[in-house]
Amino acid sequence: MKAHRKQPLYFAFLLHRLSGLGLALFLPFHFYVLGLALESHAALDRFLHWSELPLVKFAEFGLVFLLALHFFGGLRLLALENLPWSNRQKNYAAVAFAVAFFVACGYLLRAI
Amino acid sequence: MVELRLYMAQRATAAIMAPLVLLHLGVMIYAIQGGLSADEILERTRGSLFWGGTYGLFVIAVSVHATIGLRNILREWFRLRGPVLAVLCWLCGAGLLIAGLRAVVAVVGAP
Amino acid sequence: MVDSATDSITVSVWRGVAGSGDFQDYQVPQQPSQTILDVITWIQRHLDASLSYRFACRVGMCGSCAMMVNGIPRWTCRTHVNKVMQERHLTVEPLRNLPVIKDLACDMSEFFEKWRQAEGHFQGRRSRDETVAAISPKSSQRQAANAAIECINCAICYASCDVVAWNRDYLGPAALNRAWSLQNDQRDRAQDERLKVVAGDAGCHQCHSQQGCSTYCPNELNPTASIAGLKRMSAHWFMNKKYRQRHG
Repeated sequence: MKAHRKQPLYFAFLLHRLSGLGLALFLPFHFYVLGLALESHAALDRFLHWSELPLVKFAEFGLVFLLALHFFGGLRLLALENLPWSNRQKNYAAVAFAVAFFVACGYLLRAI
Repeated sequence: MVELRLYMAQRATAAIMAPLVLLHLGVMIYAIQGGLSADEILERTRGSLFWGGTYGLFVIAVSVHATIGLRNILREWFRLRGPVLAVLCWLCGAGLLIAGLRAVVAVVGAP
Repeated sequence: MVDSATDSITVSVWRGVAGSGDFQDYQVPQQPSQTILDVITWIQRHLDASLSYRFACRVGMCGSCAMMVNGIPRWTCRTHVNKVMQERHLTVEPLRNLPVIKDLACDMSEFFEKWRQAEGHFQGRRSRDETVAAISPKSSQRQAANAAIECINCAICYASCDVVAWNRDYLGPAALNRAWSLQNDQRDRAQDERLKVVAGDAGCHQCHSQQGCSTYCPNELNPTASIAGLKRMSAHWFMNKKYRQRHG
């Protein structure tokens, strides 16, 4: 990685962009699975049964983490752009990351 | 002023989705306990005006928001410009919107 | 003079002209309180007189000696070798995001041209025959206008900005920071036109708030905060315009 990018708020940018990209790529799949309900209960159930696999549970944890990361990181950006300037952007970015991880862990604990 | 419009749309949809995402995270954490089943999901959503409206709005907002975000990536990381970029973005936005609304109909509409 | 080999620094300097060039290594004796500019000057005076670089004041006033040092844009006249040296090695390159003329000197034209495009010059309302405008130093606008008044045009923010690298039209942090100052200058009469430019397709909305500019600005200015101010200002203007279109 280029030296000038090695600073916390670049990583905050990168995480926001990559989490957004990940979510955008996941959405068609998400919509497809829910759309299975149009066919039948059984079709949706077959898929949901598959989601009991530990690996899938872990992938779900990843998705919840991405969503929470994009959400809390996005709140920081909305505040940065719309409220009077604060110099604590690194702190806010770190808090956003920590809270997102906490939320995703909460999900994982209830899922297993 | 294309970029200003896109910026406004991006931030407006972000603000609309903020409470919806919070709700979505909450429902996920609540509903995942004991595993998911089609009955459990559909019982909650079928025929519900509230979930229909909420998920409908969510899908419309996310289609706009995700498309603008992807446009930034295509522009900045893949150097796409002009008609190629525009066509890809419209396809992506329309695809997300149609697939999303179909999913809303699937879980909210009557069986 | 220092003559032992252990007290020398290996300096990789980018040599070449626009588009083609490579790094060349030089051994430079280390001195106390030595700056990067001292190192470059030593190479030019003792090893290779054809090395091209740009400097003027040597004391952090003129903004002409900025270069990439170990991949980070810095004002070389006030960057001490012992603060940035890694394992007795330095890499010095011309500023990123600007075309190279030769070796370490880049063409700053586009950087200044964008300053001009962003209406970066003051346009007063009053003539010399009128009294001087009274601006309270405590007013919030006056305080916001402080944003760019210590800018030395060194282009370090411009070199650190990824958005400039990804979108060659983007006005960049320095020009937008300057525009924000003038948008808050109560004496300026070109604010409507300036807002249209900074809210345009090459303007403030391209910024992703990575804050490279404010991280590396040698004068500790904060272009990201200024750009956020311009985003607020133009969002407000946009909503007002929509409102007026709808309600006459």
